[in-house]
Amino acid sequence: MIALLKRDLMLAIRAGGGFGLSLAFFLIFTTLVPFGVGPQTGILATIAPGILWLGALLACLLSLDRIFQLDWEDGTLDLIATSPVPLEGLAAMKALAHWLTTGLPLVVAAPALGLLLNLPAAGYLWLIASLLLGTPALSAIGTFGAALTVGIKRGGLLLSLLVLPLYMPTLIFGALCVVRGAAGQEALTPLLLVAGITLGSLAILPFAAAAALRVNLR
Amino acid sequence: MNSIWEYANPRKFMATSAFLLPWVAGLAAICLVVGLVWGFFFTPDDFRQGSTVKIIYIHVPAAIMAVNAWLMMLVTSLIWVIRRHHVSVLAAKAAAPVGMVFTVIALVTGAIWGQPMWGTWWEWDPRLTSFLILFLFYLGYMALWEAIENPDSAADLTSVLCLVGSVFAVISRYALLFWNQGLHQGATLSLDKEQNIANVFWYPLVIALCGFGFLFLALVLYRTQTEIRARRLKALIAQERTG
Repeated sequence: MIALLKRDLMLAIRAGGGFGLSLAFFLIFTTLVPFGVGPQTGILATIAPGILWLGALLACLLSLDRIFQLDWEDGTLDLIATSPVPLEGLAAMKALAHWLTTGLPLVVAAPALGLLLNLPAAGYLWLIASLLLGTPALSAIGTFGAALTVGIKRGGLLLSLLVLPLYMPTLIFGALCVVRGAAGQEALTPLLLVAGITLGSLAILPFAAAAALRVNLR
Repeated sequence: MNSIWEYANPRKFMATSAFLLPWVAGLAAICLVVGLVWGFFFTPDDFRQGSTVKIIYIHVPAAIMAVNAWLMMLVTSLIWVIRRHHVSVLAAKAAAPVGMVFTVIALVTGAIWGQPMWGTWWEWDPRLTSFLILFLFYLGYMALWEAIENPDSAADLTSVLCLVGSVFAVISRYALLFWNQGLHQGATLSLDKEQNIANVFWYPLVIALCGFGFLFLALVLYRTQTEIRARRLKALIAQERTG
């Protein structure tokens, strides 16, 4: 399983685009927002938590279809399925690799983009904490969605339709945590709820993803 | 002793549903006509809401059935995953568009009701929002059915989606309560608490509720029959080709 993780990380780094693209998307998304709503710092500060969370979420979403697609097309997935590694482990490792290549860079980049959007100083710690605890859930849910749609040609749009409603609770609590933190209010409760969703997703979704993979490999 | 699992046999299901369908459809028609006509024309206007209150006879039953349709899909999907009965998963497939239409009815009548009462068509209230989310879940479920060619794979994948989606739908429901305070009133009808609706409005509402329930049942039976026939047709065509 560690070998699988290493392989995915190597592919992401060497093939290029894995790391960089979603970060670049996050950057361009945040840059576009002031053009849409105007450069008033007051407005930007109010919407910054939501925009940053949305940007991270969409950046995650856009990189989902590559989780299983390439392995599916060249037959690697069949080989892994016949190997002694359980598919549940594969799904968990894929989610972890996706998080390391997409979620973690987003967490690191988010404070800098918060600066662009004039996020109040009190919010940075909560932004980092909520993204750090919330993005693993995005990766786990996304892996499940990718497993569902892996056999479908051009399943990208369908994937977003399936995954985005599932992302909603994470987004609500994550953004709420930053909003409250930025306003100097108590923000620990939403943070804990985000963590709860993440732990629950990590516990359940690899099994669901593996079930979906098994159906698709039949 | 008859067991419910007998209806896993498509032939048995077709026979029984063909017998039941006219009765259920007739009951639905009677209940709907009686409930709605009674509700619309023979109940007094509410002293604060005027005659707008009468949209309740569509709004509340549609909303209740929209949620129950998803619950039914959850149960039938579980039965498919556990016992591999094709009729069960076809019933889930058949229920999805019906449930989606009920969700739309609830949303639209709610908007029409909300305009004069709250002064807004739409408010990001937990109940309204969770219905919008429910609508999206229905859309995703149906889109997944459409996208997959192999019927068994489609049944498996949509069932998994239905199970996972249910968990997240419940989380979303409570997340929304946390997120925003509601404008929508609390539950008026409840099984365990004292009812807070006057009897003049209560009786036609119950009849309309039964009407919507029977309507849902009739539509699901009918659509399941159609799905089974489509499946048979496909098998026949495949037979013709090979044989």
